[in-house]
Amino acid sequence: MAVRVRETAFDPGVELNALHAANVGVGAVVGFVGYVRDFNDGQDVAGMFLEHYPGMTEKALEKIALEARERWPLLNVDILHRVGRLEPGEPIVFVGTASAHRQAAFDACNFIMDYLKTRAPFWKKEDTAEGPRWVEGRCSDKAAAERWE
Amino acid sequence: MIRVQYFARYREALGIEGEQLNWDSALANLDGLRQHLLARGGVWEVLAEQNLMCARNQELCSLEEALADGDEVAFFPTVTGG
Repeated sequence: MAVRVRETAFDPGVELNALHAANVGVGAVVGFVGYVRDFNDGQDVAGMFLEHYPGMTEKALEKIALEARERWPLLNVDILHRVGRLEPGEPIVFVGTASAHRQAAFDACNFIMDYLKTRAPFWKKEDTAEGPRWVEGRCSDKAAAERWE
Repeated sequence: MIRVQYFARYREALGIEGEQLNWDSALANLDGLRQHLLARGGVWEVLAEQNLMCARNQELCSLEEALADGDEVAFFPTVTGG
C-alpha cells in the first residue's frame, strides 16, 4: 500500500504497470486518473494551484486506503496526489487497486475517489480570465460519498 | 496552548495561516473555539459558514469534538481535491 503526495508530475502508465509488477499473478488492476480540465463552471481554466494540509493529507489518504482494504479483498492500493501548480491536461490524481477479481478493484477505486473528494484536505484554486477563484465543494460529491455509508 | 490553522479561502480571508491561543477550559469544544474567534467580528464571520469543515490533531471531526491543551486544530472550507 502506498500513499504519496508530491509536487512533481507523474506518468499514469508507469504507476499502473508498477502496481501490476508488485502483484504479478493478480487477477485485476483498476486505475483511475483525474486530469486538470481546461474548463469549469462555464469558464476557461488556464491552470490551477492545489493547496493541501501537510501532515493531515497523508494521514487522511492512509485512512481512506485502509478503509477500502477493510471493505474489499484487495491485494494492493496506491494513491498518488499532486499539489502545487498544475496545468490543464496534467494528471492530478492516480488511484490504483489490485485484487483477485475485478469487481472488488472497481468498487474500491470508486470508493477511494468518493472519499478522497470529500475527506482529504485538498483545495483547488483555478486561474480564469477574471482572475483566480477557489473551487467550491459540490453537493454531488457529498452525495456520492454518502452512498457508501 | 492551542495551535489553530486556517486553509484555502479562509486563510486568504483572514490574512493569516494560523495562530497560537492560550488554552482555556471554557472553550470546551471546537465550536466553543469557533465562537471565540467569531466574536472578533469583521473577516472572522467567514467561520460562520454552514459548510465549514474542521480537524482536531489532523483528523476530520465535528464541531462538538472536545478540545484539550496542546491540540492542533484546523478550520477550512469544503475540500475539492482529485
